[in-house]
Amino acid sequence: MKGRPRVVGEPRGLWAAFAAPGVLWLILLFVVPVYAILAVAMGTTDPIFFIAKPTWDPLRWDTSAFREVFHDILTGRLGVIGLRTIVYVAVASTLCILIGYPVAYYAARRAGHLKPLFIVLLVAPFWINYIMRMLAWVNLLDTDGYVNRVLLALHILQEPRAWLVGRPETVILGMVYGYIPFFILPLFAVLDAIDQRVLEASRDLGASPARTFVRVTLPLSWQGILAGTALIMLPMFGDYYTPEILSGSPKTTLFGNQIAAFVSSGAGGTAGAALTVVLMAFVSVLMTYYLVAVARASREGGR
Amino acid sequence: MTSPSVATGFTFHRRLRRLWADPLGESRLIPAIAWLYIIWSIVPVFIAVLFSFNPGRSLSAWQGFSLRWYVSDPNLSVLHNPSLREALFQSLRLAFLTMLIATPLGVLLAIGLTRWQGKGSRPANVLMLLPLVTPEIVMGVGLFLVFTSLFRPVQLGTSAQVLGHVTFSLPLVVVIVRARLLGIGPEYENAAMDLGASYWSALWRILLPMLAPAIFAGLMIAFAVSIDDFVISQFLASGQSSVTIPMLLYGGVRTSPTPALNALGSIMLFISLLAVAVAGLALRWRRHVGPGAGQPAIPSPAHLGV
Repeated sequence: MKGRPRVVGEPRGLWAAFAAPGVLWLILLFVVPVYAILAVAMGTTDPIFFIAKPTWDPLRWDTSAFREVFHDILTGRLGVIGLRTIVYVAVASTLCILIGYPVAYYAARRAGHLKPLFIVLLVAPFWINYIMRMLAWVNLLDTDGYVNRVLLALHILQEPRAWLVGRPETVILGMVYGYIPFFILPLFAVLDAIDQRVLEASRDLGASPARTFVRVTLPLSWQGILAGTALIMLPMFGDYYTPEILSGSPKTTLFGNQIAAFVSSGAGGTAGAALTVVLMAFVSVLMTYYLVAVARASREGGR
Repeated sequence: MTSPSVATGFTFHRRLRRLWADPLGESRLIPAIAWLYIIWSIVPVFIAVLFSFNPGRSLSAWQGFSLRWYVSDPNLSVLHNPSLREALFQSLRLAFLTMLIATPLGVLLAIGLTRWQGKGSRPANVLMLLPLVTPEIVMGVGLFLVFTSLFRPVQLGTSAQVLGHVTFSLPLVVVIVRARLLGIGPEYENAAMDLGASYWSALWRILLPMLAPAIFAGLMIAFAVSIDDFVISQFLASGQSSVTIPMLLYGGVRTSPTPALNALGSIMLFISLLAVAVAGLALRWRRHVGPGAGQPAIPSPAHLGV
């Protein structure tokens, strides 16, 4: 890596001083809280007040909360919830890829003069509140809402269906609806950056359009698919509000619901923190992958 | 004799073959999927906003246009219902405070991180990016535990919520400002100093004005992500006074759905879309004024790199 061209006569350590307040902020309010989760998970529960007590010294950490969590994952209800979370996230992510790829492809290659308009419409859901977008679906999926009315009018349903009570398909629909913009946009950025001449070269050398897609476009957009998938899976694994709003039933409880329930009840603080640690360990692979992908993309970007 | 059905059968067959040979090319399938997706993503929210103007209580039978749920209903409208009004104020309060704290911190951090070459700069860069990829529930739990067990003087409620909001909006400000900074380089400051400016006045009178559009965009984005937040606000809330709009929607959507909730959600939608549109214009404006062209005009979390 080349050194940055310097401003003449800059005082030593000046730039580190510029960064210091922000770095300090992130240490105090990001690093310390993450450590606090560990400290509470490996801590004790106050026997009198029944409140979780953190153990700050790593040498005195107690792993019994984890033993309980893993026992429950292997034998009890938590295992079912964890498995359900993985299945929901897998199905929702697959749907995001299947729907999102053609949309991103259209935006990057085929939209023509409609491209600016299309991109604005594509970005709009980013800035519409997630809960508001779920509220929109609650209105539509209500027993006398538009979805039931249309399905009854088309004779697909014979009687109104209660979509909002314990239905996995509703929760998965909500997750796809909520997170798919976060998949499409990075993929669009990657597809849009593919050099048109590469595709022309492939066609000139005799490849059919389908072959060009499979052998050129798809491999070149692979990074975008993976990065987009990582980006949507991260919040999906921690989601607790989508099932709560769209179903509110124990039949669709996800890992995140379990964490939220434990943490909001004082006595479950230790178990809640232990579950959060398990979640962090689980998603850290995705996080690392995404950060490495970002670093690689910015290096290749030539900055 | 060629009957019409044979002819359509033939074209259908040809179309199928063309689709097979070029699934993404000439077929109309891709545009159809793309525009159906847009309709699917926009129409539900549009209907929800529409029904905030419904004069009746129904969320599925349209009865005409009214501002009942915004201003005219004496008890249930956003203007007159204390809990709705308080939620609006709390959301705005948090967004303003977050914007005012996160932006200066973020600008300094962006300048520091792009120019600092020392040992700590790489870990600091990673640290800056981490809140962007951490599931919000993890940050929510962590901050909740810290404020209830370690930083005791900070009470749950507004102050804890502001501290949390600044933490997750800080990296976004940094990303926006840094994109602009990378396009500027030290040449302008060097030129100013060649012409006799002191080090600090070059920084103050050259670099900062050149960064102005990005700083402004950073303000708007910090505002927008704060007003949009649900998870951190909920984990750090304490009592009625710290309920924000998304929290109120979350609590009321299943138990007491009225068009007033839609009205409140619509107000929030207009505010955050306005903030983002202004940010987009600021970044576009800089394109004509200075270097750094080619940066995305509409900022979004997906422009973090990939």
